[in-house]
Amino acid sequence: MKVTLKVWRQIDSTAPGSFQLYPTPDLNPDMSFLEMLDVVNDELANRGEEPIAFAHDCREGICGTCGLTINGKPHGPGRGIATCQLYMRTFADGDTITVEPFRAKPFPVLKDLMVDRSAFDRIIQTGGFISVRTGSAPDGNALPISKIDADLAMDAAACIGCGACVAACKNASAMLFVSAKVSHLGLLPQGQPERHRRVARMVDQMDREGFGACTVTGSCEAVCPKNISLNFITRMNRDYAVALFKGE
Amino acid sequence: MATPLMNLIKRLLKSSVGRKYLMAISGGCLVLFVTGHMIGNLQIFLGRETINTYAQFLQSNKEVLWLVRFSLLALVGIHLWSASALTVENRAARPLGYSGNPAPTAASYASRTMLMSGIIIATFIVYHLLHYTAQVPAINFTGQDFRLLHEPLRDGTERHDVFAMMVLGFRNPYVSVFYLLGVGLLCLHLSHGIRAMFQSLGFKNWQWGLLIDRAAPVMAWVLFLGYASIPLAVLLGLVGKEVVR
Repeated sequence: MKVTLKVWRQIDSTAPGSFQLYPTPDLNPDMSFLEMLDVVNDELANRGEEPIAFAHDCREGICGTCGLTINGKPHGPGRGIATCQLYMRTFADGDTITVEPFRAKPFPVLKDLMVDRSAFDRIIQTGGFISVRTGSAPDGNALPISKIDADLAMDAAACIGCGACVAACKNASAMLFVSAKVSHLGLLPQGQPERHRRVARMVDQMDREGFGACTVTGSCEAVCPKNISLNFITRMNRDYAVALFKGE
Repeated sequence: MATPLMNLIKRLLKSSVGRKYLMAISGGCLVLFVTGHMIGNLQIFLGRETINTYAQFLQSNKEVLWLVRFSLLALVGIHLWSASALTVENRAARPLGYSGNPAPTAASYASRTMLMSGIIIATFIVYHLLHYTAQVPAINFTGQDFRLLHEPLRDGTERHDVFAMMVLGFRNPYVSVFYLLGVGLLCLHLSHGIRAMFQSLGFKNWQWGLLIDRAAPVMAWVLFLGYASIPLAVLLGLVGKEVVR
C-alpha cells in the first residue's frame, strides 16, 4: 500500500511551521505508524533531505514518548492505543494522512512533530511523589488495601504521561493527566498524609503552566492510550475542595 | 497575612478548578430556579385564579422578592464571569489549532457549544425580563400594556392578571418562537451543564456517574417540555380562549 503524508515541518521552536506532502514508498500494511515514518525518513535521508523528527522510545505502548496527532486525533484512529500501536492496515491504500504535533501552548514544538512536555515533569515535581521513605516493596497483603481501591489506584497509575489528553481537549486541559497522578497516590495509604497538599500544589502548577480547564467533553478519555476515566477528574475536584477547606 | 479564608477565596477566583466550582455552584442554583419557575408557570393549566394567586403570593413580600431577584442576578453574574474568565484561558492554551479544525473527539454537540448557547440564552433572558417582568409595552408586540391587565376579585379589589398576560404574550407567534428557541437552547445547555456541574463539584463516582450522565439529558427534556407546553398550548387555543384583546 501507498499513502501520502501531510506532515507538519518546523525547524525549531521559534520558526513558523508549515505542512509538506510526502508520498510514501510501497508499505507493508502490518507496519506500525512509526515504522512507516522510519521508512519515509530513510528515503528522505537517502535523498539528502532532513528526516521528519518525531518522538518515540519503547514502541510497545508503555513509555508515553510517542505522540502524534493523526487526522486531527491524538494517537490516531482507534481506542486505547498509543501512536506506536497504530498499524498502517487501519488506513486505506491511497489515503492522505495528516500528521501534526500535539498542540498546546504549554507543549512548545521543538522540531517537526516533537513537542516539549516538560510541563508535565514540573507538575509531578510539585506533588506527584511520597515524601517519606516507604522502604522496599512490601510483602503482599502486609498493608491491607481493598480490592476496589487497589484496582482504581492501578487504573490511575496506568497513565504514561503521553499528553494525548491535552492534545485532544478543546481547551488543552491537563486535568486527566493531573487527576490520574493525584488519584493513584491519593487512593493508597502511603499517599494519605500529603493527599490534599498534593492536589492543591499540582493544580496550582497546572494552572501556572498555562493549561486550560475541563469542560467535561470527554475527548481526553476517548484518546487516552490507557483508557483513564474522566471520573478521576471528579475525584481530583473533590480532593481540591477538601484541600481548600483544610487550608492547603 | 494569608488567612485560610483569604486562601480559599483566592483559589476560588484564581484557580481553574476554583472557577469551575463557581460556575457549577451558580449554574446549579440557576437549575433549581428554572425548575421552580417551570413548576410555577405550569399552574397556568390550573386556570386563571390559581396562577394569579400564585403570582400575587410571589409579589406579596417585596423584601423577599428583591432579595431573590438580586441573588439570581448575582448568580448569573458569577456564571458569566467564571465562563468568560475560563474561556479566555482555555483559548490561550491552544494558540494554534489542528489542520481543518476537526471536531474534538467524542465531544457532544452540547458540550462544544456551551459558550454560544449561553450567550443566546443570556440575550433571551434580557428580553424575557423586559417582556414579562418589567412589562415594557414596546417589546410585547401586542399593542397592549401588560401592566394594565387586572383581574377583579369578589371583594371588589383587583390584582394583576398574569394569566391574561401570558396568554396575550404567547399569542404572538414570533414571541413564542423566540421563547421556544430560548428554552430549547437552555435545555441543550443543561443537557451538558447538569452532568458537568456534578463533575466539577466532585459529586460523581463510578457508581453514580452513569446515572448522572443519563439523568442530565432527561432533566433537560423535562424542563424543555414543561416550558414549551405553555406557548404551544396558547397558540393551539387550549389555554386562555376566554382572554380577549
